[in-house]
Amino acid sequence: MEYEAVIGLEVHVQLKTHSKMFCGCATAFGAEPNTLVCPVCLGYPGVLPVMNAEAVRKTILSGLMLGCEIARFSKWDRKNYFYPDMPKNYQISQYDLPLCKGGRVGKFGITRIHLEEDVAKSFHFAETSGVDFNRAGTPLMEIVSEPDMRSPEDAFAYLTALKEVLIGGGVSDCDMEKGQLRCDANVSVRPVGEKKFGEKVEIKNMNSISGVRRALAYEIQRQIAAVKRGETIVQETRRWDDDTSVTSVMRTKEHAHDYRYFPEPDLMPVEVSAAWLAEIRRAVPELPEAKRRRFVAHYGLPEYDAEVLVADASVAAYYEQAAAGSKNPKAISNWVMTELLAKFAENTIAPAQLAELVAAIDAGQISGKQGKEVFAEMFATGKNAAVIIQEKGLAQLSDAGALEGLVDQALAANPKSVADFKAGNAAAINFLKGQVIKLSKGKANPQLAGEILARKLQG
Amino acid sequence: MSLHTLTVCQLRDKIRTGEVSSREATQSLLDRIATVDGKVKAYNWLNDDDALAQADAAKKDGALAGVPVAIKDVLNVEGQPCTCASKILQGYIAPYDATAVRKLREAGAILVGRTNMDEFAMGSSTENSSWGTTRNPWDLTRIPGGSSGGSAAAVAADEAFAALGSDTGGSIRQPAALCGCVGLKPTYGRVSRYGLVAFASSLDQIGPFTKDVRDAALLLGVISGHDPMDSTSVPRAVPDYVAALERGVKGLRIGLPKEYFIPGMDREVEAAVRTAIRQWESLGAEVVEISLPHTDYAVAVYYLIATAEASANLARFDGVRYGLRVKGDDVIDTYGKTRGAGFGSEVKRRIILGTYALSAGYYDAYYLRAQKVRTLIRRDFEKAFAKCDVIVTPTTPEVAFKAGEKSGDPLKMYLSDIFTISVNLAGICGVSVPCGFAHKLPVGLQIIGKAFDEETVLRTAHAYEQATAWHKERPVL
Ligand SMILES: [Zn+2]
Repeated sequence: MEYEAVIGLEVHVQLKTHSKMFCGCATAFGAEPNTLVCPVCLGYPGVLPVMNAEAVRKTILSGLMLGCEIARFSKWDRKNYFYPDMPKNYQISQYDLPLCKGGRVGKFGITRIHLEEDVAKSFHFAETSGVDFNRAGTPLMEIVSEPDMRSPEDAFAYLTALKEVLIGGGVSDCDMEKGQLRCDANVSVRPVGEKKFGEKVEIKNMNSISGVRRALAYEIQRQIAAVKRGETIVQETRRWDDDTSVTSVMRTKEHAHDYRYFPEPDLMPVEVSAAWLAEIRRAVPELPEAKRRRFVAHYGLPEYDAEVLVADASVAAYYEQAAAGSKNPKAISNWVMTELLAKFAENTIAPAQLAELVAAIDAGQISGKQGKEVFAEMFATGKNAAVIIQEKGLAQLSDAGALEGLVDQALAANPKSVADFKAGNAAAINFLKGQVIKLSKGKANPQLAGEILARKLQG
Repeated sequence: MSLHTLTVCQLRDKIRTGEVSSREATQSLLDRIATVDGKVKAYNWLNDDDALAQADAAKKDGALAGVPVAIKDVLNVEGQPCTCASKILQGYIAPYDATAVRKLREAGAILVGRTNMDEFAMGSSTENSSWGTTRNPWDLTRIPGGSSGGSAAAVAADEAFAALGSDTGGSIRQPAALCGCVGLKPTYGRVSRYGLVAFASSLDQIGPFTKDVRDAALLLGVISGHDPMDSTSVPRAVPDYVAALERGVKGLRIGLPKEYFIPGMDREVEAAVRTAIRQWESLGAEVVEISLPHTDYAVAVYYLIATAEASANLARFDGVRYGLRVKGDDVIDTYGKTRGAGFGSEVKRRIILGTYALSAGYYDAYYLRAQKVRTLIRRDFEKAFAKCDVIVTPTTPEVAFKAGEKSGDPLKMYLSDIFTISVNLAGICGVSVPCGFAHKLPVGLQIIGKAFDEETVLRTAHAYEQATAWHKERPVL
C-alpha cells in the first residue's frame, strides 16, 4: 500500500518592534543576561501588562500580506502552565478570537495568526540552571497552517515563501539562528486515497528550514515503516535531534497540558477601527512575487536578475532608485548583483551615483574596466564618479599637444561660433569646448580644453 | 487633644498653617502605635526612623502634605516589604511604587507602615494572616473583619489617620463596618491597580479607610485617575469629591433592595440601618423599594470568578525569582515544596477551586456560566438605578464575630461578604459608614452608587454623617 504524509506547521515569529509586547523594555538579541528586564516582564507581584500597539499593527500587516481576514474584535487570554521560563506561569496569548483568520502562503492555507508574548530562555549548568529573561515578553506571532502539505519539500517551500513575505513586509528578520523564527510540525500518515487523517505527531526543536525538511523526511519514513509493521501511531510530541537526525518521544498524550485558557482580565479587548485597518492596508508592501513580475516587465530584466534583486527588500528598493535615473536598467542590475550585493550592508554609494557611473561608461567616457576602478573608489570614499574620473585623470585627454590639434579642428569646423565669440558672445566658447570634448570622444580634460581655446580665440 | 486623634483634613490644615509639624504628627502617631498596637496588632511592618525622615522631608503644600497614611500589605511601596501576609513573600522588598502609592507620595503623604490582612486578601477576618490575627479595637476577642482588617483596625484605633486597602468582594467595606470607620470601594477602573498584588483582577479595587467621609473624599481624589500602566483604569476626569459633599440629599432617591433585608439578619443591625434610613428621609431624601433578583447567586458567582483569576494570578509565586524558595529534587518538586510551605490553607483552597473551575470539561459549566450570571447581576443594578440614585443596605448581616468562631467553616466565613460582593461583580462603587452599635459593636451602613458616581455616594454618606455623631465614637483601649 502507498502512504502519504499530511503536514501542518506552527510557525512562531518574533516581531521587529522596539519594545516588548506588554512593557517598555527593549527587544534585542545578545545583550548581557537579565539586563533588558523590568518588574512587568519579570512577573513581579502587582504589575500589569500594557499592550504594544505596534506589535498588533505588524500582526495585522502580516495578515493582510497573507490574505487573512482581519478580526475587528479580538481579545487576550491567559494560557496557564508552570515552567521556569514563564515569568507569570501563564502566557498572555489569544485563544478563540485571534487577530487574523484564513489566508494563504502560495498553495497552502493558513488557519490563523495570533499574537502572544515570548518566554525567557533557560540555561543548564553542571549543578544549576539559570534563566535569562531578556527574551521574555518579546512580541511573538504564531502562524498556524492548514494541514495542506504532503511532503518535506512542501514544508520547505511554505517556510521559504512565508519568510520572504515577512521579511519583505519588515515584520521580522526571521533569523532562525537568533530564534526569530521557530517552527513546530504536525505530521501524520495515511494510505493514499484515504480521506481521514491519521493520528498526528508533533515535532519540536527544528532549528533551521533545512532541519525542518530533514526532520519531516525522517518522521514520515518512521511512521510509514511503523504502520507497515502493523503498529499504531499514537498522538505524542517528539523532539528532533539535528546531530543524530532522529526524532524521539518528548511527551505522550497523557501528559498533554490542560492550559485552562480564560480571558485576560488585565487587558481590554483589541478593537481594530476601520480607519486603522485602512491605514495599515496602505502600508502593505508589494509582495515579492508581484515585484519580480514587475521587474521583468518594467525594467526588462531576466527572471534570474529579478529573483536575486527582489530577495532582499532593501536591495530591491535600491535597485529601483538607481534604475529610475538610468537609461540602462540591465547594466544597473549587473552592477548591483556582481559588485554591490555581497557588501550591501556597508554600501555608501547612493543609487543616483551608481546611475551616473553607468551613464559615464555608456557614454564612452570611461571603459568598463575603468568603471570597476571608479566603482571601488566610490565605494571606499563615497565620491561621485565624475569627481573620481577627473581626479584620477581617467580617460581624460590632458596632453596639451594632442588637445591643441583637436582645438584647431574644432575652430576650423565652426567658423560661425568663432565669429560669434569675437563679436562679443562669450558663451560661444562653451559650444566650442563641447565640440572639442566631442572630438575627443569625451576624453578631453574640459578645463585644459577651455584654456587652450581661450588662448587661441583671444590670441 | 492628642494629634493622633485628628482627621486627615484637620491635621493637614494644622501642618499647612505651621501650627504643628509633620514630624510632631508622625511622632504622635508612632507613640500611639507603640502604646496600643501590642493589643490590636494592626501593623505588619513599621519603620519609625524612615517615617520620621519622610516627615522631615515632606512638603508643606499638596493635598496630604505631611500626613501619615498606612498601607495594606498588598500594595507595593518601593523599599518596603510587601508580603501580602504570606510566607511566600517573606523577605521580598518592593522594587517600585504602586500608582496609588506614588500619588499619595506626590500629595505629600508619609508612608508610615504596612497593615495586616488576610493572606493575599483572601478572607473576611484577617485570621488568614501568616503574621498573626489583628483584633477588633472595640473588643479584642473579636476579629476586625477582612481582608483589610489591619487598615480598618488601625484607623478605628487612632493608629492611622487614614489607610489604603483593597476590596475584591467587600475587603474594605466589611472591616470598615466591623471596626466603625469609613471604607470606600471606588468604581472598577477609577483607581489604577498597578502595584496592587492581584487577587482577582476583574474585581480588585484600591480604596481608602478614614475617620470621616470628608477624608474619604479627599483621599479618593488623590489616588484616582487614569494610569497608562493599567489598561483597565478609565480615562475620565477626576471630580472634586470634597466640593461635591455639600450638595445635600434633598430629593435624592434611596433604593432599598428587598433581597438584602433577609430573615436571619441580626435584629439590632437591622434596627440601626432602619434608623439611619429614617434619618435621610428627615433630611429630604425619598426611599423607594427596589429589587436585585440575582442576589442569591452572587456568592457562588464570586467564588468561581475570583478563584479562577486567583489561580492564575498566584501562579507567579514559584520560588524562581523572589520570595520564599524551598529547594526540591527538581524544578517541579521545588514548585510544590515552595508553594506547599509558602501558602496558607485558605489560599490553597482557592487556588484549587479556581484551577478546577477552569479545567477542560468544567470551564463551560463553572467559569463561563458564572460570567453569564455576573452579567445578570450587573443588569440588576442598571435596572435598579433607573429608579433610584443610591442603594442602601447593611454592610454586613451581623457585627464582628469572635476570633476562631468561623475560621473552621469557610462557607460560613464567605457569607459575611454577602452584602458587599455584588458591588464588585457589577464593577460599581460603595462606601460603608458607621451607623450606630449593636451588641456594643459598630454597625456599618453601605451606600452603593452607579459606576463613577462616587460623588453621590459620598454626598449621601456625608449628609448622614453631619446629622449624626456615630463617626466620632472611639474604642477605649
Ligand atoms: Zn520589561
